[in-house]
Amino acid sequence: MLQTFLNPDIIKQAWPIILAGLGNTVLLSIVVVPLGLFGGLVLAMLASVRKPWVRWPLMAWVDFFRAFPPLVLLIFFYAGLPFVGLELGGFACVCIAFFLNTGAYYGEILRAGIDSVPAGQTEAARSTGLGRLQTMLYVVLPQAVRNVLPDLLSNTLEVVKLTALGSVVAMPELLFQARQAQSLTYNPTPIVVAALIYFVLLWPLVRLLSWLENRALAALA
Amino acid sequence: MSNWDRFVETFFNAKVMAKYLPDIAYGTLVTIELAALVIVTGIAAGLALALLRSWGIRPLNLLIVFVVDLFRALPPLVIIVFIYFGLPAVEVAPSGFVSTWLALALVLTAFSEEIFWAGITSIPKGQWEAARSTGLSYGQTLINVVLPQALRLTIPPLTNRTIAITKGTALGTVVAVSEILGMASSAVSNSYNPSPLTMGAAAYLILFFPMVVFGRWLETKMQWKH
Repeated sequence: MLQTFLNPDIIKQAWPIILAGLGNTVLLSIVVVPLGLFGGLVLAMLASVRKPWVRWPLMAWVDFFRAFPPLVLLIFFYAGLPFVGLELGGFACVCIAFFLNTGAYYGEILRAGIDSVPAGQTEAARSTGLGRLQTMLYVVLPQAVRNVLPDLLSNTLEVVKLTALGSVVAMPELLFQARQAQSLTYNPTPIVVAALIYFVLLWPLVRLLSWLENRALAALA
Repeated sequence: MSNWDRFVETFFNAKVMAKYLPDIAYGTLVTIELAALVIVTGIAAGLALALLRSWGIRPLNLLIVFVVDLFRALPPLVIIVFIYFGLPAVEVAPSGFVSTWLALALVLTAFSEEIFWAGITSIPKGQWEAARSTGLSYGQTLINVVLPQALRLTIPPLTNRTIAITKGTALGTVVAVSEILGMASSAVSNSYNPSPLTMGAAAYLILFFPMVVFGRWLETKMQWKH
């Protein structure tokens, strides 16, 4: 069993390949998480204009992109756009698909956070002479982010896990590299090693989240 | 031909769409079948684990927490790839459909156990004590007093999480499951036209958009209560 799934020789052989993949997964996460957060922030700040003709189209936009599996968006850009002469490559397609999908999720979370800050906060800040944008950045957002921090972290965990989709469009991230190493060595050990790396890296975040979620639900009851 | 016409010809080609409509419809049925299996088995197993955990057997609980953490930390695609490409090394060769079902059901089990457990622990101790003091047994208290209150709290987060995981059925295309995305992708390579992908996207929208809106409605309904 150990010889098949955690073969030391294979690990030694595949390690450089897997390590390169890990580097790319980290890089990809560093790109797509801020990208999604930025998209979400723009959506949420727009939605904080409490006018129905602004809010409803935004909600429709958010639900539209929450309804698509991220892989469907990714394949649509990767396999569809070349037909109109737009060959964007795997990395750009991942960025666009993630911007749309995770941006919608972050936007929904941040909007709920902004809604949770009492209107009196905005009124007080505005009456001291702060501008609209200043009020949002210095008064509302800090409180909003604190209120929805567990959801933001939980979504970030999901985004990092989603980077594994890059393997479908031939991005050399952790899963892709592990698959390469597997087909080179005819042994599933590289996939197990990749899974272990994901687990070791993300476990602390999972623990933290589970603790925060338990606390949140206990407060609700 | 104007640019607009060319765009419509490419992404909304009526002839291609008519030809591959049956394929996409078949893929939709496979997606629904896979999704239903994942939801039923995943949530049932999650609830069972949460109930098992409420017994308070320490070594068993540590094991449950570990398994739950494991499947929350791993990307679903990694689990699918491991089951489909890894297990055949020990003479176990599940089909793509079974691999995707197993992987997503395990992920949903982990997330739903966590949500059910949080719901159970959020019920104040006094509820247990009061129920037990009236003569109800442990099992009766759990089923008739604690669970009805706990489940109400868990419905909105569970709904949203279930939708997110069910969308993962599209990952089955990586292991050759003929669900919507898989059927659409092969139709694109057969017809040299991306219209089947547009149809596939529409099929996902029809399936999941109402669910997403329903999840949002549940969330706001819960907020008013508190």
